[in-house]
Amino acid sequence: MMIQQQTQTPDNPAFYPALAIGGLISAIGVAAAFYMEHMGHHVSGMNNQVFWGLPHVFGIFLIVAASGVLNVASIGSVFGKKAYKPRAPLSGLLAIVLLAAGLAIIMLDLGRADRVLIAATHVNLTSVFGWNMILYPVFFGLVGLYVWTLMDRSMNRYSKAAGVSAFIWRLVMTTGTGSIFGFIIARQAYQSAILAPMFIIMSFAWGLAIFLIVQETMYSRANMELHPQLRARMKNLLGVFVAAVFYFVVVYHLTNVYYAKQTEFVHFILVSGGIFPLLFWGGFVLMGTIVPLLLLYVPSFSETKGSVTAASFLVIAGGLFLLFVFIIGGQAYPLDMFPGMQVSSSFFDGKIDSYTPSLPEILLSLGGVGIAFTGTLLGVRVLRFMPQDDAAKLKSAGYLHD
Amino acid sequence: MTEPNDKSRRGFLGVAAVGAAGLGVAAIAPGFHLIEVSQAGAPGAGVSNKVRWGMLIDTTKCASDCNACVKACNTENGITETVKDPRQGSQWIRKLDLKDPKSGLTHSLPMLCQHCEHPPCVDVCPTGASMKRADGIVLVDRHTCIGCRYCMLACPYKARSFVHIPLTEQNPEVPRGQGCVESCTFCVQRVDKGQIPACVEACANAEHNAMLFGDLNDPNSEIAQRVAQVKTTQVRADLKLNVGVRYQGI
Ligand code: SF4
Ligand code: SF4
Repeated sequence: MMIQQQTQTPDNPAFYPALAIGGLISAIGVAAAFYMEHMGHHVSGMNNQVFWGLPHVFGIFLIVAASGVLNVASIGSVFGKKAYKPRAPLSGLLAIVLLAAGLAIIMLDLGRADRVLIAATHVNLTSVFGWNMILYPVFFGLVGLYVWTLMDRSMNRYSKAAGVSAFIWRLVMTTGTGSIFGFIIARQAYQSAILAPMFIIMSFAWGLAIFLIVQETMYSRANMELHPQLRARMKNLLGVFVAAVFYFVVVYHLTNVYYAKQTEFVHFILVSGGIFPLLFWGGFVLMGTIVPLLLLYVPSFSETKGSVTAASFLVIAGGLFLLFVFIIGGQAYPLDMFPGMQVSSSFFDGKIDSYTPSLPEILLSLGGVGIAFTGTLLGVRVLRFMPQDDAAKLKSAGYLHD
Repeated sequence: MTEPNDKSRRGFLGVAAVGAAGLGVAAIAPGFHLIEVSQAGAPGAGVSNKVRWGMLIDTTKCASDCNACVKACNTENGITETVKDPRQGSQWIRKLDLKDPKSGLTHSLPMLCQHCEHPPCVDVCPTGASMKRADGIVLVDRHTCIGCRYCMLACPYKARSFVHIPLTEQNPEVPRGQGCVESCTFCVQRVDKGQIPACVEACANAEHNAMLFGDLNDPNSEIAQRVAQVKTTQVRADLKLNVGVRYQGI
C-alpha cells in the first residue's frame, strides 16, 4: 500500500526554541568538561576510590539504551512484525544519537580528553574497552546503512540484510558494554557472568522507554494519536522488559549471595549501605519497576492518557538509579584484600567511601542528554523519521487531528 | 605483547630525538619530547626477560609506627603536591594496618603495586599505556594514558592513583601528569642504574630491614633463596596473578 509521508510540520514554532535549549544544555556540558579537564578532576566529586562517577552512570546508560532503542527496528525487520516497520528509521536515528551522546560524555570525562585520538589509534585488543573502540564505530556504520536502506526506496531490498547485521552487532555491543564490568575479577560487585545478558535486557527496557517518549512527543506535535492497538502492544512490550530486568537483577544478587559468597557486599548494597539501598529500593524497585508496571497494567491507569509516557520516564529514572547503585556502590565498597581481617590505612582501605557529584559532573552528564535531545530534534527535522503509519487510516479512524 | 612495542617506541623516540635536535626544533616541542626521551633512555639498557624483579616484605619486622618507605617514595618520585581532599591524592605506597578480629593479632605492612605477572591493569587498558616490561616491572606510559581509570577498576590492590590536580616541580626522571593514572614503578629509574627502590633503601636505613628487593628468577639472589625457604604469601593468591611482591608473616 502506498503510504502517505507525514513529516514534522516545518513551521512548528516550538522547533527553534527547543533547538536553542538543547544546544545550550549541550554547550554547558562541554564547557563543564573543559573546566574539569583544565582544573583537574579535583573539582569533581570523584577520588581515588570512587573514580567513575555520575558521567559514567549517564554515559553508560545512554550507550546501553542506544543499543536497546534499535530493538523497535529489529522487531519490524528481523522478526517481521509489520506495525514496527514504519518505526524502524526513528529507532535507527535514536540509536545513533544516543550512542554518540553516551560516548561524548565518557570521552569528555577522560583525564586527558585531548588524547582521544590515541584511544582510537592505539587499540589494545585484550581490553574490553579496546574492543568497544571497534564495536562502536561499526555500530554507527551498520545502523547508518540500515537507516539508508529504509529511507531510500532504491535501497529497500537490502534493508532486511542491513537490519539483521545491525541487530546482531547490537547484541555484541551490549555484551561488550556489560563485559566492561564482567571482566573485573578484582571486585565483589562485578565478577559475574550474568552481567552481559543483564545488560542486554536492560538495554531493551531503557531503549524502548526512550523510544516511546520520543514517539509520543512527535505524534502530539503532529496532532496525531497512536493507534490504540499499537499503543497497547508497545506498552505491553515495555512491561515485559521492565519485569525481565527486575528478574535479572534479582538473579544477579542471588548468585552473588549463594555462589560467589559475597554476602557482605550484597548486604551493603541492599540493606546497610545508606544511600545505595535507598536508591535501589526506592529508586529502582519502587519508582523504576513497580509504579511503571502498575501504570502499564492496571486498567484504570493504563487507559489514561500519558500513562505510557509517565511509565517510560520512570523506567529511565529507575535505570539511572540502578546504574548508580551498580557503578558507584561497587566502588564505594572497599576491596577485600585480606579476607577476615580488619584493614585501615591512610588511603582509606577497609573504609566505605562516599561520593557526591559536583556541579561540573552534573552539567556534563546533563550535557550528554542535551546532545541526544538536540541530535534527535535535528534528525527528525531534516529527514522523514516520523513513524509512517498509514496517515489516511489514522485519519479515518479519528487519530489524526488537523 | 608490550615488549616489542616498547622497543620500537624507544627506537622511534631515539630517532625522533636525534632528528629534533638536528633540526634544532627541540625548543618548539619542550616538555613532550624531552621528558619522553629522559624516560625512554633509561629503561633501554638491559631490560631482559631473564630477570623478574620482585620484593619480599617481612611483616614481622615492619613497625606499625614507621612510615619511612612512604616518605622515601614520595621524595624519590616527586609526589609532593598537596591535595585538599586526601582521597584525591596519589599514594604509590601506603602502610596498611591489619587486625584479626578473632585473635586480636595485628600486622603492619606496606602495600604497593604488586607488579603482577598477569596484570589486570595491562589487560584492560584500552590504549596499551599500562604495560609490563620484560623484567616484570609494570608501568604506565604517561604519554599514552588517556585517564580513563579502567585500570583502577581492574587492580585488586588499589595500587593506582589518578592525578587530580595540575603538577609542578617534578623529578625529571619520573614524569607524572595531571589527568593520568600512575602507580609504583619499583623505582625503575634507580633499578636501571643498578640501585634498589627508594622504599627498600629507606627501610634498611631505618634499621627495620623489612623489605628485600631482587631478581626472583636468579636462584642465587637473596630474595629467591628466602622465597624458597620460608612460607611467603601472595595477597589475593586466589586471583592467580603471580604477583612480584611477596609477604612473609601474615
Ligand atoms: S598491582 Fe595493580 S597496578 Fe600493579 S600490576 Fe597488579 S593490577 Fe597492575
Ligand atoms: S587510565 Fe591510563 S593506564 Fe589506566 S587504563 Fe586508562 S589509559 Fe590505561
